[in-house]
Amino acid sequence: MTDQSPRPLFVERQTYRRRRIQDAARFLPVLGIVLVMVPLLWSEGAGGVSMSGAIRYLFTLWAALVGAAMLLSLYLRDDRPGEPEDSPGPADTADR
Amino acid sequence: MSTINLLVLVCTVYVIFLFLVAFVAERSARRGKGRWLRSPMVYTLSLSIYCTAWTFYGAVGYAARSGMEYVTIYLGPTIVMIGWWWVLRKLVRVGRAQRVTSIADLISARFGKSNLLAVGVTILAVVGTTPYIALQLQSVTFSFAAFADAVGQPGQGDGGRTSTAFWVAAGLALFTVIFGTRNLDANERHHGVVMAIAVEAMVKLVALLAVGIFVVWGLSGGVQETLTRIDASQIGHWDMDGGRWAALTFLSGAALLCLPRMFQVLVVENADEAHLRTASWAFPGYLLLMSLFVVPIAVMGLERLPEGSNPDLFVLTLPLAEGQTALAIFSFLGGFSSATSMVVVASLALATMVSNHIVMPLWLRWTGGRASVSGDVRHVVLLSRRLSIAGIVALGYVYYRVSGGGTALAAIGLVSFAGVAQVLPVMIGGLYWRGATRIGALAGLTVGFGLWNYTLFLPSLGAGVIMPQALLDNGLLGLVWLRPQALFGIEGLDPLVHAIFWSLLLNALTFFAVSMASFPTPMERLQGAQFVNVLQQAGSARSWSAGAAQAEDLMVMAQRILGAREAQAFFEQEAARQAGRAVRAGALPDPSPDFLQRLERELGGSVGAATAHAMVAQIVGGASVSVRELLAVADETAQMIEYSDRLEAQSRELAATAAKLREANDKLTRLSVQKDAFLSQISHELRTPMTSIRAFSEILRDTRDVSPEEQRKYSSIIHDESVRLTRLLDDLLDLSVLENGQVNLNIRHGTLHEALNKAVSAASAGDEAAVLAIRRSPEAEDLPLETDFDRLGQVFINLIANARKYCDAETPELTIRASAMSDGRVQVDFNDNGSGIPDEARDLIFEKFSRVSPQRAGGAGLGLSICRQIMERLGGSVDYLPGARGAHFRVTLPMANADEATERKPLTAG
Repeated sequence: MTDQSPRPLFVERQTYRRRRIQDAARFLPVLGIVLVMVPLLWSEGAGGVSMSGAIRYLFTLWAALVGAAMLLSLYLRDDRPGEPEDSPGPADTADR
Repeated sequence: MSTINLLVLVCTVYVIFLFLVAFVAERSARRGKGRWLRSPMVYTLSLSIYCTAWTFYGAVGYAARSGMEYVTIYLGPTIVMIGWWWVLRKLVRVGRAQRVTSIADLISARFGKSNLLAVGVTILAVVGTTPYIALQLQSVTFSFAAFADAVGQPGQGDGGRTSTAFWVAAGLALFTVIFGTRNLDANERHHGVVMAIAVEAMVKLVALLAVGIFVVWGLSGGVQETLTRIDASQIGHWDMDGGRWAALTFLSGAALLCLPRMFQVLVVENADEAHLRTASWAFPGYLLLMSLFVVPIAVMGLERLPEGSNPDLFVLTLPLAEGQTALAIFSFLGGFSSATSMVVVASLALATMVSNHIVMPLWLRWTGGRASVSGDVRHVVLLSRRLSIAGIVALGYVYYRVSGGGTALAAIGLVSFAGVAQVLPVMIGGLYWRGATRIGALAGLTVGFGLWNYTLFLPSLGAGVIMPQALLDNGLLGLVWLRPQALFGIEGLDPLVHAIFWSLLLNALTFFAVSMASFPTPMERLQGAQFVNVLQQAGSARSWSAGAAQAEDLMVMAQRILGAREAQAFFEQEAARQAGRAVRAGALPDPSPDFLQRLERELGGSVGAATAHAMVAQIVGGASVSVRELLAVADETAQMIEYSDRLEAQSRELAATAAKLREANDKLTRLSVQKDAFLSQISHELRTPMTSIRAFSEILRDTRDVSPEEQRKYSSIIHDESVRLTRLLDDLLDLSVLENGQVNLNIRHGTLHEALNKAVSAASAGDEAAVLAIRRSPEAEDLPLETDFDRLGQVFINLIANARKYCDAETPELTIRASAMSDGRVQVDFNDNGSGIPDEARDLIFEKFSRVSPQRAGGAGLGLSICRQIMERLGGSVDYLPGARGAHFRVTLPMANADEATERKPLTAG
């Protein structure tokens, strides 16, 4: 496969899966930004959200993001155009 | 042994240990055993220089003052790291593909290897980072002093503090020089430095965790109790400025990409792109652990320590106050590690930039720029880098001394972040937008840097230091809307948020607008495509046009920059690559474009892309190096093609002229032949009558007894022959006059009818027998003419006489038909009923002296020739029409104007 050849419209199941994992990797920071900005909605001062609550929320979120990133990094592969595709699956060729 | 001496001893041992670690790492890397040096974990730990002493000590103080705001400093980088698929992946790929040596080199390379931009980014980085280095020195000094105060052994006052700072600075500079400039190629990893900062990363993490665990489980009695204490403390409620929360998160994320030291470890020291995958989660994890115990320590410090103690040193003073000296020393080592690793990498990164983009170009220009004839460039580069390191650390120290080490420094962390973040629009724009131009980048950076100075950096030094209070209150030139901390009259914003907002917004806008309006140079467009499309292809930056380049010269230059052994190895490897097999030692590769490009990249790793390009350009020769020059060459080629086109046209023209000349020559030759033939013809024609005249006149003279009858007969022969001779001479004269165009035409008005009448009667004059019957249609002949009627009559007479002479029918008959053509011409056909003219003779009848049948010749054969000449003079023609029955001649001539004809008609009719 050369650099110039257009990307195929439909890909194999494995490639498809990999693309979706890449999508997830792209989506994760967006989700992270939204969730990190959630504290802006909290009511402030006395009677508002307590500091322990804020700590619990932020560090749980943080740990979740780290965990998600770790999970994704296990499956993320850079599919360069020049890289040979994985061995073709049996019959399940293109599903998109 | 006193505690303070113990501390000094531990510190010294620790420093020696770090030198050893760096040394061992360098050695095993050199021996090729350093696989473990390039593990993803080492890479991740090296990123931890993000956490400086400011964050190690300062985060707790930050938390004690403003609650959870400190986490924004870690949340920003966390989001950038987990979003590595967006930006970092591309950044690292570009960095590796282009072998960039610093962030300034990256920006310079992206915008057509512009050194001006590189200088701009370098200055920005130096201005933004120097206070930060001062801050590290301050933190070490402060922590040392705090230790001394706490154990009741105050140091030697202020002098002691400055000496601490001085020795720390000197030690750091020494370490950086030794391990940061061992090898010249900044793109080769500094294994010693990276390993040392990885160790320091572990030390500071474990130190902070140890203090945190001591606080939570040792002092507070568990997690639940700690949380209760937190809620009960003065920072027990969520109290956050939303603008600061968002702005700081953004700023710290940007700083991760733009800080020179972060760029150094993230991109330049990256050994394998796959490491980024691990770092994408491991580094956020590291940051999480670093900030986990910050709030508990802050709360416990506020609770336990006396009022007014510096919250920035809680990490140190809390264990000391609780009597945990060992823990305190460990904590001190953590802070020390944070400070030193930051200073080492920051000075290394800055020194690379300063040396590559400021010192080396100046030196090259100063020495006449001939890389191949000057001294040992490798030595010069190393020296310049070492001096730059020393200079930058010294600058930090001087800044520390001048600023007095006061609280003004504490605010400098975020100010510094905001300064280097000005590179962000240009960097992101350069990576993702091919339309970004050098001018746009320069304009954006200038605006951003200027605004950052005006709204944040200068005011942060305190009113009155550089910016007078009046300026802060009333704005520049007294314009209220130009107040540094309330631009455009928008007040009430936090100064930091205000500065970040305006500087980055206007920076990005200017960058975008100027880029849109300007046009990139070919080099910029090429580099832009390389950068933006780096993930699609592993293409080449530009190709060198080989030929003029001398492998030996390149070798000499490469040796001076890379070092003799490295250069030889590189050249041999390239030669082997070209030959496709192993080659003998000392073989030189051909200077193919491919090789030159790899060589330039190799050199670029040492001295920066722009300098390497200039150096190779000098040796390869200015003939065809840059795209701009290639374009110039293309222009020249186009001109040459145009020129040769012109030449070709000229030569075509010449060829055509020559052909014409040849034709003319042929014609002349033909004419000459014709003239000769004509002369011989004419002599022959003259000779025939002359012969008979001579013969008969001789008879008359010499013969005595000539009867009068014979006498008369002979003299009439002589007379006839003389008449014939005269006619011939008349004809010849006539012809030559006509041919030379010297004839005067006597143009009159008249009708065809008149002309034909005269001709018929004249032709019949000598022939009363009237053998030839002439048939005419007089009504059709009534056509007006404006011509020489005498000459026209001559033609008609000739044609009629010919018919009389040659028509071989039983009852000879000549039909004369006249008709007016639609194109305003008159046709007169002379058609007899004889056998006509044989095919082979038709071409010749109009030639001079041609006679169809010599036996019946009456004239000299000039009649039709004269006719044709006359008709041409009169603007008409006479032709023989083949295919008709009998001889058929057609005379064509122009008719007189129609209105004149109607005018004349009554006259001729009357």
